[in-house]
Amino acid sequence: MSIASAETQVWQHRTPLKRLMLWAGWLACVALFVWCWERMTQRTIWAFVWDAPNAAADIGSRAFPPRWSYMERLWWPLWDTINIATLGTLLGIAMAVPLAFLAASNTTPSRLILRPIALFIIVASRSINSLIWALLLVSILGPGILAGILAIGLRSIGFIGKLLYEAIEETDISQVEAITATGASQGQILTYGIVPQVLPAFYGISVFRWDINIRESAILGLVGAGGIGAQLNASLNTLAWPQVSLIILVILGTVVVSEWVSAKVRHAVI
Amino acid sequence: MSTAYPTTWRKPPQMIQSRGWRIALAVGAVIYLVLAIGTIEVNWARVIAGMERAQRFVAGFLQPDFTTRWRDISTGLMESLTMTFTSTVVGVLISIPIGVGAARNIAPQWVYYICRSIIAISRALQEIIVAIFFVALFGFGAFAGFLTLTFATIGFIGKLLAEDIEDIDEAQAEAIRATGASWLQLINYAIQPQVMPRLIGLSLYRLDINFRESAVIGIVGAGGIGAALNTSLSRYEYSSAGAILLIIIAIVMIAEYSSGYLRKWVK
Repeated sequence: MSIASAETQVWQHRTPLKRLMLWAGWLACVALFVWCWERMTQRTIWAFVWDAPNAAADIGSRAFPPRWSYMERLWWPLWDTINIATLGTLLGIAMAVPLAFLAASNTTPSRLILRPIALFIIVASRSINSLIWALLLVSILGPGILAGILAIGLRSIGFIGKLLYEAIEETDISQVEAITATGASQGQILTYGIVPQVLPAFYGISVFRWDINIRESAILGLVGAGGIGAQLNASLNTLAWPQVSLIILVILGTVVVSEWVSAKVRHAVI
Repeated sequence: MSTAYPTTWRKPPQMIQSRGWRIALAVGAVIYLVLAIGTIEVNWARVIAGMERAQRFVAGFLQPDFTTRWRDISTGLMESLTMTFTSTVVGVLISIPIGVGAARNIAPQWVYYICRSIIAISRALQEIIVAIFFVALFGFGAFAGFLTLTFATIGFIGKLLAEDIEDIDEAQAEAIRATGASWLQLINYAIQPQVMPRLIGLSLYRLDINFRESAVIGIVGAGGIGAALNTSLSRYEYSSAGAILLIIIAIVMIAEYSSGYLRKWVK
């Protein structure tokens, strides 16, 4: 090979076949996107879409300024919202902790029967949004904050259970061995070997979930599960936009405060 | 010489060292619980009446009815799936420049603040509230849902991508800078190779989340399978509702496992 021909070889990252495959993959993605877009917009009424800027300006002008005097009727729903989130989180914790110990491969009493069941409960709880849980529970229990608390609790099981069992599986085995070597019983191994190791993670997870639950409980009222969302729903149904804008400001404020609290606590704990 | 050694050992408190604070926190918690539980109003007659419905729901869940409402279910499912895919693609495409702009180490100060505030707004508003507004603006249907999910995706991917870019290995960026590369070349050769695997992983994760959310925003009229679920629950057709819930759980599980598998493969 002469020097000149060697120099014309340009370095390339991939072989021609790989490049072809890559392009084919991108092409398939684009084709899928276009097809999905066509299917999705089949029933879209474009006149409404083009009219959106006018509608936005209209709603904006009606929603501003917020009706501040409505605030006095929001304190009670706000208290309900916070209670739904807090009690729901506590309920979720009470159910998730035993499940997490059953689901963690190093603490589960039976690997063949209980562990798969616990894992299934965790996944099922995680895949159904709390709003859907609330929809179900409202139709069963009737409207009110009890349905909201149960919905939040049921949804929290999956989240807390998953993160907690992963934390249990990551515990340091040497501490457990040290406790076992003293002749401790199973319960003592759990309380002295494993619980102290996962406790910081547990507090962190719980506060994190509480923060998420505050956000979620604020909207549960849309389907009748109590809290400030019920007020939002009523204001939306009567097209009272100044009240809607005030409620959204209140929700945003609550979310910001709860996020700040949760960040502080997690920072202190971990 | 006799020093009295303790013969028993008590586990030291792990979290809060001061005894006073521990007692204060416990008392505060009890007071709060009493107050909070006191304000729950339960209409027990309604609950007992609802138990019969709960039984019917469990029965419906065990014997799901896929056929009677199949037309509604299949349209809803199709809308949910197409909405999920398109909104993830568009959301990721928009969030890439925003994520790059929100990374402190490569963006100028004023761009940084603009991009960070876009991300903050998108993350602070829940999907449902955004969906209510988009339904009011763009009319009922999947298009409003698509916009909602796109909007939520921007905040999610933008924030995580920006944090990822801030965490990159500076040595590689410095090496590329030392060759006299332009800003675009810096992004292309130093940043992109480092964050690409994680960006793909995040996009797959968001695809999964968007499907779950698409099942919910239908409740406020933004299309998708949530609308079918809402209808069947308000008609008390629990066997159809059970079928829809089973479909949602199955798709979420498939999405979760396949996206986990794909993410491992990308790494």
